[in-house]
Amino acid sequence: MILAALIVLLMGCGMLAWLAGRWNNTLPRIISLAGISVQLLVVVWLWLTHQRGSASTLWIMSYTHSWIPAFGIHIKLAVDGLSLLMLALTSFLGILSVLTSWKEINKRVGFFHFNLLFVLAGIAGVFLSLDLFLFYFSWEVMLIPMYFLISIWGNENRTYASYKFFLFTQGSGLLMFLSILGLYLVHGHNTGVFTFDYEQLLGTVMAPQTAFLLMLGFVIAFIVKLSTVPFHSWLPDAHTQAPTAGSVILAGLLLKTGAYGLIRFVLPLFPQASHQFAPVAMLLGVISILYGAKLAFAQTDLKRLVAYISVSHMGFILLGIYAFNEMAMQGVVMQMVAHGISTGGLFIIAGTLHERIQTRDIGQMGGLWARLPKMGAMGLVFVMASLGLPGLGNFVAEFLILTGSFMANKTLTIIATLGLVAATIYSLRIMQKVFYGKEQKQWTIADFSIREMGIMTCLVIAILWLGLFPSAVLTVSRASVLEVIERVEGRDKTQSDKADVNPRETDHQAITITSVNEQGQHWKINTKNSN
Amino acid sequence: MDSMKEFLWLIVALPFAGSLILVIAGKQLSRLACVIIGVGSVSLSAILTLLVGISFLQDNPGGKPYVEAIWQWMNVAGLSPGIAFHLDGVSLTFIFVVTFVGSLIHLYSAQFMWNDEGLRRFFIYMNLFVGFMLTLVLADNMLLLYLGWEGVGLCSYLLIGFWYKDPANGYAARKAFIVTRVGDFAMTIGLFVLFMNFHTLNIQAILTAAPATWAVGSGIALTTALLLLGGALGKSAQLPLQTWLPDAMAGPSPVSALIHSATMVTAGVYLIARTHVLFELAPVAQTIVAIIGAITLLVAGLAALNQHDIKRVLAYSTISQIGYMFLALGVGAWSAAIFHFMIHAFFKALLFLGAGIVIWSLDEEHNMFKMGGLWKKLPVTFWTFLVGAASLSALPLITAGFYSKDKILWLSYASDKGSVWLWLAALAGAFLTALYAFRMVLLTFFGDAKKEPSQRPGLMMTLPLIVLGILSIVGGFIELPGDMGHFTMFSDFIEKTLPVTLVTIAGHYTELLFQLISGLVAVAGIGTACVFYYNKPFPAAEPQRNAVQNFFYRGWDFDLLYDALIVRPVIFLAQIDKNDVIDRFYNGLASLALWLNKLLSATQNGMVRRYAIVLAIGAIITLTLILYL
Repeated sequence: MILAALIVLLMGCGMLAWLAGRWNNTLPRIISLAGISVQLLVVVWLWLTHQRGSASTLWIMSYTHSWIPAFGIHIKLAVDGLSLLMLALTSFLGILSVLTSWKEINKRVGFFHFNLLFVLAGIAGVFLSLDLFLFYFSWEVMLIPMYFLISIWGNENRTYASYKFFLFTQGSGLLMFLSILGLYLVHGHNTGVFTFDYEQLLGTVMAPQTAFLLMLGFVIAFIVKLSTVPFHSWLPDAHTQAPTAGSVILAGLLLKTGAYGLIRFVLPLFPQASHQFAPVAMLLGVISILYGAKLAFAQTDLKRLVAYISVSHMGFILLGIYAFNEMAMQGVVMQMVAHGISTGGLFIIAGTLHERIQTRDIGQMGGLWARLPKMGAMGLVFVMASLGLPGLGNFVAEFLILTGSFMANKTLTIIATLGLVAATIYSLRIMQKVFYGKEQKQWTIADFSIREMGIMTCLVIAILWLGLFPSAVLTVSRASVLEVIERVEGRDKTQSDKADVNPRETDHQAITITSVNEQGQHWKINTKNSN
Repeated sequence: MDSMKEFLWLIVALPFAGSLILVIAGKQLSRLACVIIGVGSVSLSAILTLLVGISFLQDNPGGKPYVEAIWQWMNVAGLSPGIAFHLDGVSLTFIFVVTFVGSLIHLYSAQFMWNDEGLRRFFIYMNLFVGFMLTLVLADNMLLLYLGWEGVGLCSYLLIGFWYKDPANGYAARKAFIVTRVGDFAMTIGLFVLFMNFHTLNIQAILTAAPATWAVGSGIALTTALLLLGGALGKSAQLPLQTWLPDAMAGPSPVSALIHSATMVTAGVYLIARTHVLFELAPVAQTIVAIIGAITLLVAGLAALNQHDIKRVLAYSTISQIGYMFLALGVGAWSAAIFHFMIHAFFKALLFLGAGIVIWSLDEEHNMFKMGGLWKKLPVTFWTFLVGAASLSALPLITAGFYSKDKILWLSYASDKGSVWLWLAALAGAFLTALYAFRMVLLTFFGDAKKEPSQRPGLMMTLPLIVLGILSIVGGFIELPGDMGHFTMFSDFIEKTLPVTLVTIAGHYTELLFQLISGLVAVAGIGTACVFYYNKPFPAAEPQRNAVQNFFYRGWDFDLLYDALIVRPVIFLAQIDKNDVIDRFYNGLASLALWLNKLLSATQNGMVRRYAIVLAIGAIITLTLILYL
């Protein structure tokens, strides 16, 4: 109940903010802040009071309510360690997004916050849904308000960027929807139960080709979101053109829904197909790391530069997910949280700087430390985080991912480790071009205000905390990570056992297999046609 | 007193706390308060080191290490490093040097940097530097060591680029960080290999397990040792990753003193000494260490001889002296390497601080050929600098540098891993060292005065010089060679932790002969310097150099080589694809869609005749299909 209330709360506050925006510009901000704060409090309460870790109670809390029973669609929400962390990140960055837009957004303030809160609600829905239909629904809910955020409050090239964002995510989302329907039908044929329920769909028996194709639909949607090369090119435009809060949410949260989708849905639903796909995925991860780094190094637009850093860092996530071991996966979880914070910090700096000097061109900056020592110091922290300095959260993440994936694939991991050198090069370039060196122009600008320092201090404390006490996060996610690893690794050997455990009786087994074959054939024909 | 060692954590915490206070207190803090916090935190740390050291030595005469765990850092799939400190003979020596030399340098900086607008920032970075270095040498696991390792890299970056307005400083700073990160790349992979094989990153556990798991000379041991060596080469500025150090003197002089003596560059020496078991399992790797050391000390020595910038002489001298330490490590002369590290820290800090005073009093003049005649004007600086240079040159019997370097020279021949070639290289290096050291002294302090000092150092700057000068002399007497008193306090202490060097050549006479030779070589070097540079009227400009000298002057053109091989290709790659070719594909798709749109919308042109024709054609085709298929 509480889980559903969380989402309703965000949506409700969003509408309220829109209404309030008719009278007053400050009211929507306060309403949003209050709404997200309540969410954060609930999450913290869940974190502190509920036991995790025992495998029998993976779900800390769940809620099921019938939605469209005719099609087996439920409102099924549940929270485990992984989604709890993601929710915490969502509300944390949500609050900072409202705060950072406090002065920046003065146009249609009510509608802005309506969109902001609906994006957050959609994201919360994605992290909580255990019904694939509901999941897809939430996936769309977070997309459309984000489109508005970019296209209304964005920078000079916002229309292009928002279309691009919309088309990439919508197109890939469609493939995922087809896969969801395919899975729904296969499962229905097999068992006679047509349902979108994630837990029932787990362990659906499928022909390998079918599984692989269905998986591919999910994977494409998720790696587009994760901005994996070669599906990354929406991200630099969207990030650059979005308002600061939009960039923070895009980088900090929307990208993470891709990673979350891979971990929560792709690996458990398609364990064997994932094994087949793993070498490709790891390779794509490594390519993203290096190609993203290379592009980051070449950029002159500060926000674009940070956007490509995200591409590079998301490569680590993909590499880690497909290493299929606890260490790498824990690293991935850590990376999702740490990257959200470090990149959030960098985007807020880029945004506030843009607000002050009306340019994002690093060629026109330089020597800003003298005028903006506070901003410079904060920039230093997040630049160091992005190059993986030990003691900050990103290091823990990257080290765990690389150590874990080293056990899975040595060559690729060694190449990926080169990314750490590349990260040093592009990160230090930011410091040099923005804060060090000669002043290119005599800007007369103010340093961080108290409000902005407050935001940055929260982020700095968070990134240090993650770096020095990562156990606090890693113990929360451990049970969920182990569960996923067990599913993806265990299924290989115990395929037959699991099939026996299936609720359906053995007389259905024969039918199941034939129908699977039909499905497989069907898909084959389809691919031939499309070729 | 017996529980004093439990305050080990505080030694590390104090400098960090110092910089944290300076950060939080912000701009309101007065200069004096900044100095008190900055210098005070490290000095307290030094005093505490003394107390902890005494308590440690009293408690366990057997040299049993003392481990103090603060908290569990993480615990993932068997990787459970702690924030935990490991105190034994080696780490005690290192923290002693780091805190004492560090606090002397801090004290000196208080006056040196007094008028700099970034005073607070300076002390934040310096305190952090000391804190990270202490973390590095006290870490009980490789991951925490790596934290200190990278932290030191960060601080060197911040301090080399301290005067950030000059882009050249920023370049030098980035160069230092990036080049050392290249070494760290290898080291990181080394950590992966270690964890995969031993399922732990605890250093002592690895050192215990390795000999039982890996055979001597096995491929995996060799790989691991070489990977760790990669990290050490970067941090310690050894060939081929030495190029960052000469540029690193872009920072304020006290920074150079800190980087070159107590922190940063000695990290590589520490790493190899700390993981000595792995290197002993890989004799090939250990030989490579020795050879790299020998080559580096010659390459850097020749480069030092051809510099005119006083700090660049010292920078190359550091590379060369660290080369000696690597040589010692490579021939298994573990305690000799640590001994030379300590003595080197004393005299190199002294020389950099002295050079700092010279440069500071001559208004940022770096060129030795524009100095001269300073010995009367800056007497304390001169005499202490002379002591430092003598110690660097290993002037026999009286200087500490003689005892530490002679031990390396002797063992590079006499140890079971030694050879006459290594000894000859070291001997040639000794001659070069004496030559360039006294060339520096003679050019700077003798001859005609070409510039008047504009300011004189106060007690806060000269006191550290005097203390370091004394240490550069008496420091040597804690370890005397076998044929001269055979007093082995230091090596006895270190050899509770590190293995004893195996000497295959016996006999005090041989040792005495070798000492005579090396002593003579040092004196000959000084003499040669006097012949060429004492009171010679050089023009006050950059010296004329022939092609070979120029080659040495530019540090053997390693920069040119890397520029052509790495830097320019990387920049080229970045430039050609700035706008991301992949994006073109998607934009192409969009254009295609637009084009198709235009094409199709052309069909809807509102002309009834055209519609009728299309309709008719369509009907014909359909009918044909129906009839004939």
